[in-house]
Amino acid sequence: MNLLLPFPIIISMLTGITALLTYRSRTAQRWLSVIGSAALLGSTIWLLVEVERNGIRATQIGGWPAPYGITLVADLFSAIMLVLTGVIGFTVAVFSLATTDPAHETHGFHPLYHFLLMGVCGAFLTGDLFNLYVWFEVMLMASFVLLALGGERGQLEGAIKYVTLNLVASAIFLAAIGLLYGLAGTLNMADLADKFSNELSKDESGLITTLAILFLVAFGIKAAIFPLFFWLPASYHTPPVAVSALFSGLLTKVGVYAIIRVFTLIFIQETGFTHTLILFIAGLTMITGVLGAVAQYDMRRLLSFHIISQIGYLLMGLGLFTVSGLASAVFFTFHVSIAKTALFFVSGALHHLYGTFDLKKLGGAYQNLPVLATLFLISSLALAGLPPLSGFFAKLGLIQAGLAQESYGIVATALGVSILTLFSMIKIWNEAFWKPLAKSDEITEPARLAGGGTWTILIASIAMLAAVTLIMGLGASPIFALALRAGEQLMNPTAYIQAVMEAVK
Amino acid sequence: MEIVLAIVIGGLYAAGIYMMLRRSLVKLLIGLGLLSYAANLLIFTAARLTRANSPVISEGETALALPYADPLPQALILTAIVIGFGVTAFALALSYRAYKSVGTDDLDKMKGTDT
Repeated sequence: MNLLLPFPIIISMLTGITALLTYRSRTAQRWLSVIGSAALLGSTIWLLVEVERNGIRATQIGGWPAPYGITLVADLFSAIMLVLTGVIGFTVAVFSLATTDPAHETHGFHPLYHFLLMGVCGAFLTGDLFNLYVWFEVMLMASFVLLALGGERGQLEGAIKYVTLNLVASAIFLAAIGLLYGLAGTLNMADLADKFSNELSKDESGLITTLAILFLVAFGIKAAIFPLFFWLPASYHTPPVAVSALFSGLLTKVGVYAIIRVFTLIFIQETGFTHTLILFIAGLTMITGVLGAVAQYDMRRLLSFHIISQIGYLLMGLGLFTVSGLASAVFFTFHVSIAKTALFFVSGALHHLYGTFDLKKLGGAYQNLPVLATLFLISSLALAGLPPLSGFFAKLGLIQAGLAQESYGIVATALGVSILTLFSMIKIWNEAFWKPLAKSDEITEPARLAGGGTWTILIASIAMLAAVTLIMGLGASPIFALALRAGEQLMNPTAYIQAVMEAVK
Repeated sequence: MEIVLAIVIGGLYAAGIYMMLRRSLVKLLIGLGLLSYAANLLIFTAARLTRANSPVISEGETALALPYADPLPQALILTAIVIGFGVTAFALALSYRAYKSVGTDDLDKMKGTDT
């Protein structure tokens, strides 16, 4: 058995369990959290190197051959998403050392955090739709509790909406799985792709398209796409900042991963209908998300709306359905998660000093905190897509792919939304960093607070993410080449099917 | 038999969605429960209802005796029931806490975090 594949899952599980066992010691939990997430990052990078060298890796847990066993499979897309999980997992673990208050830590923040990472890793690695459902539930249960931990009124109200919508999505997902099993008699994704591309697609294409839309709705609720995103801005700004940052970086991306996976592997018969629909939804998601963001004055709400508009770009890459489109989507996913998490970190650092997320009450941060201001500039300009940062190359790739397909409508939308993104980032800059603080006696206060170990940890975790953004921008050529290979693998599922079917143990 | 179950499933979905659209927290939870039962029954029905042998290889044989009932959907449903049970228990506890802290079970009054 190829032990490398279950490694990320096992590491997070063991860290979660040991953190649960050291329930009483806050210090031990903190150490475990950082060491465990560093180990996770290491194992995912190792896996990416392995997949990059030797092609798609697959293994059957329990030793049963392909359509019957429990398959774990990692192609380049999965491996890249796992590295993203590792990077975000590690930086959030470091960041949470400074921002999570002791009450949360003694009520199980660290174990829940690692169980969440375990669910995310499992969802990226599984090769079977029912297991994908199970991993989704593992991830969701942990996220429900993390969201409600602390029990403030806003958190509970947000959690009710978040839990309800996600449970409805799970029910739809489960129903779609049942119908798919009735139709094809298998739930292994590679086996399904094989069956649908051969015999079933001719006479059952209408039914398959219906199922495709059911899956799109189920994953779309989790990914917060256009008409289904209202739970996100109602809940993501309520928990502690570390949790918001983790959710924004990872949870919606798992939904996007699932959409990209099933719509490149299984449902590729009626691309004229399904992928055009996805493209249409992508445009609407971008517009509604960014317009929502422009209207906000609470920093975390503003950033929550931006999550939605960026999801539109990821779907655009899928909707174009070309190698370069998918490659840009992969690159974009990595870039946007990093930039978004960094921005949430900045909001957390500002909250640490000023005690508020309200942009109208903030101010003077540029004068007092030049380092934080620089880090904010790097991540926000990356999100808006200015060269030489990562967002520029991600958007350039998408726009070139769109022009190559002559989908001018979506290209125009993407460019317009970029300008609005830049506008709302400038709004944060003006309000929080540029304008002077209202009361003159408070100006010295943040500068005095900005020191000590806590502040160093905050700045260090933001700097790590900003460095990743810079590296992705300055070294865009080799990284984009890797994304292109991931896109090629997604467009040609034969190798994926072969790898799963031939993996014996 | 499939027809009967299909009608039952449709009824469960309709009842579940109706309950979720009411304004009470408790009815929301009942609605969620009904939706998950409907999904479980749907898997059971979609995997075909057959009167056949149990999927056990009898002594001296090397393969299953041919008309056999598919055990996989039942395993799937079992897993889904367990997950649904856990999630419902959590949702109950959560809504109790929400009721305590908001002071009402009217969903229309829980708009503090909406934008």
